[in-house]
Amino acid sequence: MAQVTVRFFARYAELTGCDTAAVAVPAAATVNDVLDRIRETVPGARSLPPRPLAALNLRQVKLDARVRDGDEVALLPPLSGG
Amino acid sequence: MINPLTRDPISVESLMRVVQSPERGGTCVFLGTVRNDGDVTGIEYSAYDEMAGTEITRMLDEARERWPEARVALQHRLGLIPLGEASIAIAAAAPHRTEAFAACRYVIEEVKQRLPVWKKELHADGTATWVDPSGKTVAGGLRDR
Repeated sequence: MAQVTVRFFARYAELTGCDTAAVAVPAAATVNDVLDRIRETVPGARSLPPRPLAALNLRQVKLDARVRDGDEVALLPPLSGG
Repeated sequence: MINPLTRDPISVESLMRVVQSPERGGTCVFLGTVRNDGDVTGIEYSAYDEMAGTEITRMLDEARERWPEARVALQHRLGLIPLGEASIAIAAAAPHRTEAFAACRYVIEEVKQRLPVWKKELHADGTATWVDPSGKTVAGGLRDR
């Protein structure tokens, strides 16, 4: 199993009511698997869009990117910097 | 060095000092300021700080690869910013104006695409809305997070 930290920002933090969550997923799981697990375990996470922007260890990735033990996944609402 | 993320008002002069030199005869500065869209009283900016800092370093490195003679500096302000004050400043200096404009333009466009920063508009009636650049706004943002 891989322990992954998931971080929520801005509107997604409001939807889930939290900034971080820890989930365990099978080895060779993807960011999408992490999302599925989050939807099962974090109240409010079912309101997240089906395919949110995601970052893995500070870099934007597609949802099929594989996660490893100790990774940080971040779910990013539509960016509006500047 | 200038911290790329700040909660204080941005000093354009400090940013310009980072990039200017006697060899660089063209300096281009871009300022993004909080705009009055109807009843907006201010915008609250938040960020994924660690990733934003990393992305800014990557963008500036990319600009340097493309325009090796140019120097670019960027500062993004976070927290509650009143109308008319700058949320972002980018200064680019190069031997000639073409590179300065190009490098400055490159960085602001990359910021819009990649920087993990979010803005929540605060309205005169006490409500707040998350800004989605695709044109949708989401009502019901909590004001005090």
